[in-house]
Amino acid sequence: MIAFNLNGQPVTTEAEPDTPLLWVIRDEFKLKGTKFGCGIARCGACTVHLGGTAVRSCSIPVAAAAGNDITTIEGLAPGNDHPLQRAWIAEQVPACGYCQSGQIMTAASFLANNADPSDAEIVEAMDANLCRCMSYIRIKRAIKSAARILREEA
Amino acid sequence: MMNPIKHAPVDLSRRGFLIGTVGGGLLMGFGAVLPSGCAREELAAKNFAPTVWFELSSTGDILINIAKAEMGQHVGTALARIVADELGANWADVRINHVDSDSKWGYMVTGGSWSVFTSFTQLSQAGAAGRVTLIDAGAALLGVAADGCVARDSQVIAGDNSIAFAEIVQRGAIDRSFTADELGALPVKTPEQRDLIGKPTPQLDIPAKSTGQAEYGLDAELPGMVYARPVLPPTRYGCVVNSVDDAAATGIAGYLGYEVLSDPSETCQGWVVTYAESFVAASRAADALQVDWTAGPAVTVSEDDILAEGRALVARDDSGALLVNDGDVAQARNDAARVHEATYTTATALHFQLEPVNALAEFDGQTWHLHAGNQWQSLILPTLAKALEVAESQVVIHQYYLGGGFGRRLVGDYMVPAALLAKALGKPVKLVFTREDDTRFDCVRSPSVQRLRASFDGDKQLTGVEHAAAAGWPTLANAPGFMIDGLDDSGKIDTFSISGADHWYTLPNHRVRAINNPVAQGAFLPGWLRAVGPGWVGWAVESFMDELAAEAGVDPIEFRLNLLDAAGKNAGNAPESVGGAARLANVLRTVRDSSDWKDPLPVSEARGVAICHGQERTMPTWTGCVAHVAVDATSGEVTVKRLSLAIDCGTVVNPDGAQAQAESAALWGLSLALHENTRIVDGQVADRNLDTYTPLRMSSLPAIDVTFIDSTEFPVGMGEPPLIVVAPAIGNAVYRAIGARVRDLPIRPAQVREAMIST
Repeated sequence: MIAFNLNGQPVTTEAEPDTPLLWVIRDEFKLKGTKFGCGIARCGACTVHLGGTAVRSCSIPVAAAAGNDITTIEGLAPGNDHPLQRAWIAEQVPACGYCQSGQIMTAASFLANNADPSDAEIVEAMDANLCRCMSYIRIKRAIKSAARILREEA
Repeated sequence: MMNPIKHAPVDLSRRGFLIGTVGGGLLMGFGAVLPSGCAREELAAKNFAPTVWFELSSTGDILINIAKAEMGQHVGTALARIVADELGANWADVRINHVDSDSKWGYMVTGGSWSVFTSFTQLSQAGAAGRVTLIDAGAALLGVAADGCVARDSQVIAGDNSIAFAEIVQRGAIDRSFTADELGALPVKTPEQRDLIGKPTPQLDIPAKSTGQAEYGLDAELPGMVYARPVLPPTRYGCVVNSVDDAAATGIAGYLGYEVLSDPSETCQGWVVTYAESFVAASRAADALQVDWTAGPAVTVSEDDILAEGRALVARDDSGALLVNDGDVAQARNDAARVHEATYTTATALHFQLEPVNALAEFDGQTWHLHAGNQWQSLILPTLAKALEVAESQVVIHQYYLGGGFGRRLVGDYMVPAALLAKALGKPVKLVFTREDDTRFDCVRSPSVQRLRASFDGDKQLTGVEHAAAAGWPTLANAPGFMIDGLDDSGKIDTFSISGADHWYTLPNHRVRAINNPVAQGAFLPGWLRAVGPGWVGWAVESFMDELAAEAGVDPIEFRLNLLDAAGKNAGNAPESVGGAARLANVLRTVRDSSDWKDPLPVSEARGVAICHGQERTMPTWTGCVAHVAVDATSGEVTVKRLSLAIDCGTVVNPDGAQAQAESAALWGLSLALHENTRIVDGQVADRNLDTYTPLRMSSLPAIDVTFIDSTEFPVGMGEPPLIVVAPAIGNAVYRAIGARVRDLPIRPAQVREAMIST
């Protein structure tokens, strides 16, 4: 049995320790906002936070979550009101939307450590997240806008 | 151009638009007009069909049903705005619902950038009928004449008096029908009278897509379901399973078993499927299974074999069928002072929609339910019925958000194995393809070969163009009924694999041959990939146009403008192509200005241009692009610094939606031009995941500026056209930067280096 905190709630799973965390989150705990894209940690659609750091849940075993805090898109902010989510709506970022949970989770971890990023830093942080609809212009714009909101609200 | 919607068997003569109070709400939809003329009775019996209906509740909510797939284009917002504007609705009252595949919705397909174009008239008229009905009923309740009333903000207003739509619904017993003729005669708003169309609005689907709440096919679950994963055979066609050994899978916790699929629809040829209590167990079991197949004959086919066949086919003057045959190209060539010939290729390309294909299948004792995001329900329903050996009326497809469409989900083949296993097991099955399964099973964009040959007279005047294009044909493989007849009894044509060659340049002699490549056709299932034929036909047409401008010694924009005289067949038709080639010339002049075409650039940098008319001559989206590139003369690496686009798509229904589509399609064009390719090896795609298949990332993002031409002309499609122009604009810019002509897509550094050496 593996125990960890999922969006602030203690949970346990009987899944095999080497089961990718992604499928435990999705199919056992029914949090479907975290997506399956490539399965090899190269698209970022499955990004969640482990102890506040963005990780690719398709490629880490559930055993790595033991005793840790896991945060998914559903638990990012009360009322789904994270500055990034507000900026995502204001800038009309999503197209098909499938990658966007992962984009937001990657950006949230990044902004938590860099409140005033340059364009180059945003690109470096986000380059490993694929958006097949190519909404990159809007993602970039929304991250800058969210960073502004975060600084103002700090 | 054959369009499934335009050609769906709909007999409007016996149908009307019905509006009636039913169950406390007001329903509006197309349906059969009963001899009694009672619209309420028909609506209550749900005898409305097809395509559109909407509903006003007694509390004022307006629900508009959307029969189109939402895959990133915000189609529900665009279509609902058309209805709501005519209705006089307050936009805040409007909700949308994406419907299932019940036949009452009519022919269901989402593709071809058709949604707004094919729905606009019908939705406008339906909205107008609702408005007229509400005004008449509201005027009666207010005790005023209807002709003094207007509908606005979900109210009927007569001077200082008004009554809310909600109150009309509560108080009225409305029962009204309009014949097709009456519907067509209803006053629709002029552009100046519109409140919603053309105005910016937040897209209705975006909040759910920003919070993880949007439900995609992959997210669907049912009680008692098992998870499954396919074990794909070595080739798409003709494989036979000889034996299966699951000894290595039996130790996997949760593994339940495997099934060798028997498929009357022949979609799955030689498939084994594992199933388990979890997807991880099913997936690990699939990896552990030892399957011995007899492979299909395409198991030795490679990309080079397909391209070699293509080259042989385009070199023959008698192959294929004729799409265009104006004048006498042979005579022009015989009389020519100079002939210029070039051959262009494009490599196999993947859809790589981010949500791997998947489906959930369940039989409830009477009806089969398929849960899956899909673009062309009406195409796959008969296949599913055949596979399950039931009537089509016993199969319903439930729609979800699509984690990318791009044409992949026009082909619903991925639902078949889920249905077959659910039938074999007698329980619901959720079948998920891994990414590698998805790409192996993709209906890829076929490799293509095109030869163009131009004749010039002694004064360097262009006298003729011959164009031959060979590829695997998606429409032949998936929907042969939608092929058209070539000219002069020359055979059938997949118009989706040649559209764009029938361009709007006026040429005295012009001949276009569309050729099916049987080696491609036999090796894999060719698919429709975003922008479809024009996405690779345009590569040749517009690269060649630049070569001809260079031959003639004329600026490439001036050269094109001289051929865009809007004469004869290029004058355009009402309503969809009013103005004809003159509008294409206008976007070309516009993008010349917006791109700073003539401003000097550093060494090894240049601008290149390309134009197109979008997906079809009968639905032209007039598009121009200038690409500013930098070429590293040592490595051959091409960097795109800026893309400038000018687009005339007529009336822009949903401005930010159109802007987003333009950005997305243009970047797809860039990705296909420089970043994406795979190849067929041993009958399958070689690149199956992001370790070697490398779509555009944020770090390769150029500056983009898009200029929409102000227009009140008929609205046309926006999802694909901006893709078409980007690759040829880049190739043409590379030529102007370093003098080397690239003719193969994608443009790779090695190719640029070779082209520089041979220059």
